[in-house]
Formats: sequence, C-alpha cells, structure tokens
Amino acid sequence: MIDQIVEYFSFPFVRNALVAGVLISLSAALLGVPLVLKRLSFIGDGLSHVAFGAMAVAGVLNFADSMALSLPVTIACALVLLKSSRGAKNAGDATLAMLSVGAMATGYLLMNLKPSSSNVSGDVCTTLFGSVSILTLTATDLWLSAGLSLGVVVCWILSYHRLFDVTFDEDHARACGTNTALFNAVWAVVVAVVIVVSMRLVGTLLVTAILVFPAVSAMRVAKSFRSVTIVAAVFSVVCSTIGILVAVIAGTPVGSTIVGVDIIGFLAMSTIGRFLR
Amino acid sequence: MTNLVECRDLRLGYGSTAITPCPDFTVGAGDCVSIVGPNGAGKTTLLKCIAGLLKPVGGTLALAPGLGDGGIGYLPQQGPFQRDFPASVREVVQSGCQALRGLRPFYSRAERRRAAEAMERLGVDMLAQKCYRELSGGQRQRVLLARAICGECRLLLLDEPTTGLDPEATSHFYRMLHGINSGGIAVVMVSHDLDGALDIATHVLTLGANASFGRRARK
Repeated sequence: MIDQIVEYFSFPFVRNALVAGVLISLSAALLGVPLVLKRLSFIGDGLSHVAFGAMAVAGVLNFADSMALSLPVTIACALVLLKSSRGAKNAGDATLAMLSVGAMATGYLLMNLKPSSSNVSGDVCTTLFGSVSILTLTATDLWLSAGLSLGVVVCWILSYHRLFDVTFDEDHARACGTNTALFNAVWAVVVAVVIVVSMRLVGTLLVTAILVFPAVSAMRVAKSFRSVTIVAAVFSVVCSTIGILVAVIAGTPVGSTIVGVDIIGFLAMSTIGRFLR
Repeated sequence: MTNLVECRDLRLGYGSTAITPCPDFTVGAGDCVSIVGPNGAGKTTLLKCIAGLLKPVGGTLALAPGLGDGGIGYLPQQGPFQRDFPASVREVVQSGCQALRGLRPFYSRAERRRAAEAMERLGVDMLAQKCYRELSGGQRQRVLLARAICGECRLLLLDEPTTGLDPEATSHFYRMLHGINSGGIAVVMVSHDLDGALDIATHVLTLGANASFGRRARK
C-alpha cells in the first residue's frame, strides 16, 4: 500500500490535488465556526444549491469557466439571504428553501433541455457529489482553488477578533462602533467564494459537510473560541488528508470519502467530549 | 456640554411610528439613572437609542464628544444562543476593548492588561480560563459587566441585568454596580427588579402613562 501511495505521489497533479484539497478544507472549517455559532449552517447549504443552478446555466450558455457565472450569482444570493434572515422574522427560512430548491430544479431542467455533453446524468452527478477522481480536476482549477483558499485563511486570521466580537454579541459590537452590517456583508461574500471553490472538491451537496462537521466536532471538546478554531482547523485538515488518500488508493469518489471520514471523526470527538465532561 | 447624555422632545419607536414620548432628561458624570415603566413603554428602545443601535423617531439625543467611540459600555439582554457559545471568560471580557483595538487585528499588551484588571475588579479573574456557557447566571452577568467596563467606559447601559438571578446574586450584582458607579462611571439601567435598582439610583426616569424624570435621594 505504501508503494502504491509513493507511486501515485510521483505524479505532480496528485500532489497538487492534495495541497488544494487541504487548503479548501482548512478555509471551509474556519468559516464554518462563525457560521455554526450564528445558527446559519443552512445558508451554506442553500448557497451550494444556488451555485449548482448557476453552474448548470453557465454550462448551457457555454461559458468557458463556469465559475465566472456561479461566483457572482452565489455572492448575490448570499447578500440577499443575509438581508432576509435579519429583516422579517420567519421569511428568511422560507426564502432559503424556495431559493435552494428553485435553483436546483432550474439547473437540472436546463441541463436536460440543452445538454452540453452526451452524459447528462454523469454531469449532474459530478456537480452534486464532486469529481469522481481528483485527477480529473485541471491544474488551473487546483491553483485557483488553492489561491482563493489561502486568501480566505489570511483574511480570517486578520479579522479573528472582530469575528469573535460580532459572532458573540452583535449588538454589543455595534454599540462599540463596529460597522456590523458591512462586516456581515463582507463575510457573506467570503462564504459564497468558499462554497463555489469547494464545490470543485466535494460537489454542491457535500459542501455543507466540510463547512459544518469540523466546527460542530470541535465544539464537542473545546471550550473557548480560540481552541474551537484550532481544533476545527486541525480536524478538517486531518480528515481531508485521510479522505483524499483513501480515495486515491481505493478509487472512491473524493467528496463522499472526505465526508465519510468527517462523520467518523465527529463520532470520535463526541465520544471524547463525553468523557471530558 | 458637561452632561454625558442630553435628550429633548425625544420620541421613541420602531421604523417611523412613534410608540412613546419620553420626558426630557440628562445624564451627568457619576449619575445612576433607573428607567422604569410598563412593558412596551420603550425602555429597551431608549437604551438602544443611547447605545446608537436605533435612531430616535423625533427629537434630539446628544452625546458628549467622543462618548460614541468606545465610551459606552453596553450590556444587552442575553440572546439564547450566547448561553451555549464556546468562549472563555477572558475572550468575552477582552472583547470589551474592541473599540480601543480599532482596526488593528490583535489586542495590545495594554488592552490585555485592562481586561485582566476588569476581571479582577469584578472577582471573575479565577474564572478566566472557564467556558462562558458553564458559568452560573450571576457569574455570567459579572463577566459581561467586566466586559462593559474594560474599555474606556464613561457610561454604562444595562438592559435588565438581573433577570434570572437569584436574590443573593442580584444583591451581589447591585453592590458591584454601586461600586463601579461610585468610581465615577455613569449608569443607565432598565430593571424589573425595582427594589435593588432604585436603591442605588440617583435619578429615576419613568416611561409610559405617567412619564417623568427626577432626582431621588440615595439611601
């Protein structure tokens, strides 16, 4: 098995895939912490569905790079959802449901009406659950994903304390003079970017998993914001590395393998958390 | 302007509809104002207006120069999700220095020392590493009070700070608050617990049908 791993890793694109995958998971885990704490996990889910629809439209319109359309559309929806979740009391929930189902249905409909390749169900499956093998990701995809993820991680570290202030007590942060509306809008954009980027790795249906699993698992054992952040980041990097390695060796789809490892990790953390209590 | 807050012809409400008029009042340095009145009279709304979270529907609300930039310590009503938020006491108290931190990404040594001093002052320094969600109600309020005073606070706004506390914790909280107030920090608070709140108040602001503002003799 070691020989097999060594052999696989003699190919540069396998190494690139691992680096990009780990960076994507890291940025998703960091963003997942405030998202889970603010009870907004489902916004991540909804946005990934929107991104699916946008990708389908981009495919039908023959965009060279589907990200050129899915990124701005997802960002716009993130801003709309953020606004509706704070305005009317329950409308945010319903808006989200309509938006995500509507986007998915439209996307699937368009893919069938005007198929861009002969294998529509294969295309749909890849978009939903990620590439069957990371080897099919192009080098440009990988470097773009890695670059964006690195940018997110740097932004996150620089605004770490402000994130805590706004997540823990938004009213207090506003009373202290923080422009929380602007801050929330900026982070909605960042969440949208991470979702679109990580879709390449795990697919639209599984994006929520790499956003939410690390944060929730970390909250089982860690007791401060800083330790939750660190545990979530380490958890995500470890699970994704194991997931990608297993996927390469066993030939399983990358996205669902990573999520499978996340589930096992979550159960392990829950057990540890029970003993710590 | 020698007063910290001056309100004239203030009308409070949400959106553009005024729900309640508010008597003219001023808050000077070292004052302790207790806001009383029935539910829906606009007590929390008034506090939010002073904190800058809401705009009054009409009238003028003037703050002393610089007060709006970190001079106000605000202790809002607690939302349910903060009770299971994984944050250490130190992190919560430190966030009171966020106005001082400004655009810098990290806290300076001086700001961390301020947080440590605030924790000591309120007797929560032993809890610094503890998780906020594992504290009792009384401990939590003391932590939030430490957060409110750890910046350059000149005016403290408290929204029902003793809700859910047992009588002993409540009287302890008011003693702490009285100590802070005697140190020169003005206090404006909304409280359902009239006895304790009126005990330490220098002024009483009544909203609702018999709206009034007046000084009261401290016991």
